[in-house]
Amino acid sequence: MTDTASRPRALTAKPSAGARFDTALGWSPRVGPNMILRILLCVLVFCIFALPFMAIISGAFDRNSSPTDISLLPKSFTLRNFEAATQQGLWGYLLNSLVVAGGGLLLQMTVSVFAAYSLSRKKFRGQALVLLLVLMTMMLPEEIIGIPLSLVLGDLPLLGISLRGSVLAVILPVGIWGFSIFIMSEFMKEIPGEIEEAARLDGVGEFRMLFTIILPLCKPALGVIGIFGFMMVWDQYLLPLIAANDPSDYTLTVALSVLRNDTTVGPGVLLAGALMAMVPSLLVYLFLQRSMIRGITSGATKG
Amino acid sequence: MTTAPTKPARSLTRAPDTGQEPARRKRRNGKQLLAIWLFLVPAAVLGLYFKFIPMVEGIRLSFFKVQPFLGDVFVGLDNYISVLTDARFMEALGHTVVLGVTQTLGALVVGFALALLLEGQARSLWILRTTIFLPVVTALAVVGEIWRILYFPTADGPLNSILGWLGLGPLQFLNGTDTALWSIAVVGIWSGAPYNMVIILAGLTGVDRSLYESAGVDGATIWQRLRYITLPALRPSLVIVLTLAAIRSLRSFTEVYVLTGGGPAGSTEVWMTRMYSLGFQRNDIGVASAAAVLLLVVTLLLTLGTQLLGKRKAAL
Repeated sequence: MTDTASRPRALTAKPSAGARFDTALGWSPRVGPNMILRILLCVLVFCIFALPFMAIISGAFDRNSSPTDISLLPKSFTLRNFEAATQQGLWGYLLNSLVVAGGGLLLQMTVSVFAAYSLSRKKFRGQALVLLLVLMTMMLPEEIIGIPLSLVLGDLPLLGISLRGSVLAVILPVGIWGFSIFIMSEFMKEIPGEIEEAARLDGVGEFRMLFTIILPLCKPALGVIGIFGFMMVWDQYLLPLIAANDPSDYTLTVALSVLRNDTTVGPGVLLAGALMAMVPSLLVYLFLQRSMIRGITSGATKG
Repeated sequence: MTTAPTKPARSLTRAPDTGQEPARRKRRNGKQLLAIWLFLVPAAVLGLYFKFIPMVEGIRLSFFKVQPFLGDVFVGLDNYISVLTDARFMEALGHTVVLGVTQTLGALVVGFALALLLEGQARSLWILRTTIFLPVVTALAVVGEIWRILYFPTADGPLNSILGWLGLGPLQFLNGTDTALWSIAVVGIWSGAPYNMVIILAGLTGVDRSLYESAGVDGATIWQRLRYITLPALRPSLVIVLTLAAIRSLRSFTEVYVLTGGGPAGSTEVWMTRMYSLGFQRNDIGVASAAAVLLLVVTLLLTLGTQLLGKRKAAL
C-alpha cells in the first residue's frame, strides 16, 4: 500500500541530468511559449472546476442573488439568506446530517476495525466465506436493495421496533461497508507478527492487543477509512429519503430539493443551504487529504 | 465451534512453555475462536439486517404481486416479463447505457488530460490539484443543485451568458428533451474526472523517466511518447478504474434525480429513477423488485468479470 506511493517519489527525487522529460508531456520549467500555454490551460481548468464554487459562495451572501445574476463576489453583502435559512429550519437539517455522519462514521469505523482485526490477524475456518460476504456488501448498495430495505426499516425484525423517522435508520445501514473493512484489513496484514507475539508473551489480551498495539500502528489507514466513510455517509441520498417519515427527518443534502421546490424561498437561501452542506466535507477533505490521495491510489493499484 | 486442533494461534506454537498441556491449549484455542467471532459479530449483525435480509427479501418479492392488506400472490416470472416488456424500462435502459458510457469515458479522457497538464512537483500545481478535486468531495446532491443554477435556461443564465459571448444561442440544457441527458453527462464528467486524475497521476509517477529521455534522444514526438510509453504503463490501473466506473454508473440515481427527476418527458429516465418511481411512488413493489434483481445480477456479473480480468492481469 505504501510502497506504490513512496517508490515514484524516490525516482523523481534525484534530478537527472536532462530534466526535460520530467513529465509525460515534457513541460519545461523555463519561461517560454511552452510555459505560457501551460499557464493558460491551468487557468482554464481552474475556471471550469473552481469558479462554480466561488459563485455559490458569493450567491449565498448576495442580497439579490438570482440564477440570472451570478457573480464571483457578492454585489451587496448580506446575511439575510442565512436568516431565511434559519426560518426554513436548515440548521435542523444540518444537525440531522451531522448526527448521521458522526454516528454513522463512528459505527462504520468501529465495525470495520473489529472485523478487519479478525480477518487479517487471525486464521479460522470459514475465513474465505466471511471475506466473500464482506466483499458482497459492497455490491449491495442502498440503490439496489432500497425497496426491501425500506420494509426492513419500517419494522426491524426480532426487535420489533420501527427505525423509520429516526436517525438510526441511516446510521445503522451505513455501519457495514465492505470497502472500509477491506482497506483496514489490507493495512493490518502488513503489521509484522513479531510485534503481536511479543505482546502476547507479556499476556496482553485481545482487546488490549487491538487498541494499544495494532490500532496505533494503523493511523494512516484510519485516516483513509475515515475520509472515505465520511464521504460515503455524507453523500447518502436515497437512504435518508426512504428512511424519513416526513421532511423534518431529512438530512441537509436531501432537504435542498425541498428548498428548491419551495417557491417562497429565493435561490439565495438554496445557495446558503448548499454552502452549509459543503463546508463539513470541505473541512474533512482539507484536514485529511493526504489520506484521501493515499486511499484512492492504493485502491486503484490494488484493483 | 470446533475444538479439533486446527491451526493453533501463532503465539501458541512459538511459546514453548504453553505447548505441553493439551487441555490448556484446547481451552486457549476455544478462547481464541470466541474472540475471533466476537470481533466479527457487529459486522455480521449489520450485514445480515441491512444487506443480506433485504437482498433475500427483494428476490422473494420479485416473484410476488405485492398487495398490502390483500396478501401477496405468487406470480412466477410475471414481474420480470413486465420489466422486460415495459417500453419505458427499455427506454430507461438505453438512457442508462448512454449516460454510463459517456460519463465513464468522458471522465477518463478529461481525467487523463488533467493529469498530463498538472503532472509535476511544483507547489502551485499541488494547490491547483487540490482545488480541482473539490467536486469529488462535494456531495452529489449539492453538485446537482449547483449545476441546476449554472444550467439556468434563459439567455442570461450563467452558462448561457458564456455561450452568448461565444456567439452561441441559449440552450435549454436540462429543460430540453434532446439536451437534458447530455447536460447530466457533463455534470458526471465534471464531478468524476478529478478522481480519475488522481489515479492517473499516481500511475504517471511510476513511469520510468529514463524511457522518456531515450525516446527524446530517438526523436520521438510527444504523441508517440504518450502512445508507446505512458499509456502502456497506465493500462493495468485504467482497466480496473474503467470497469468499476461502468458498474457504478449502472446504478446512478442521485444526480439524475436531483437534476431532472427523469424529465423532461422521460428523456432522462434511467433504470434507477424508473425503479424508484415504480416502487416508492406507485407502490408496484413486485415489479420494482424484479428490476432491482436484474440490476443486481448485471452488477454481479460485471464485478466477477472485473475480478477475473484483474486476476489474469496479475498472472501475466
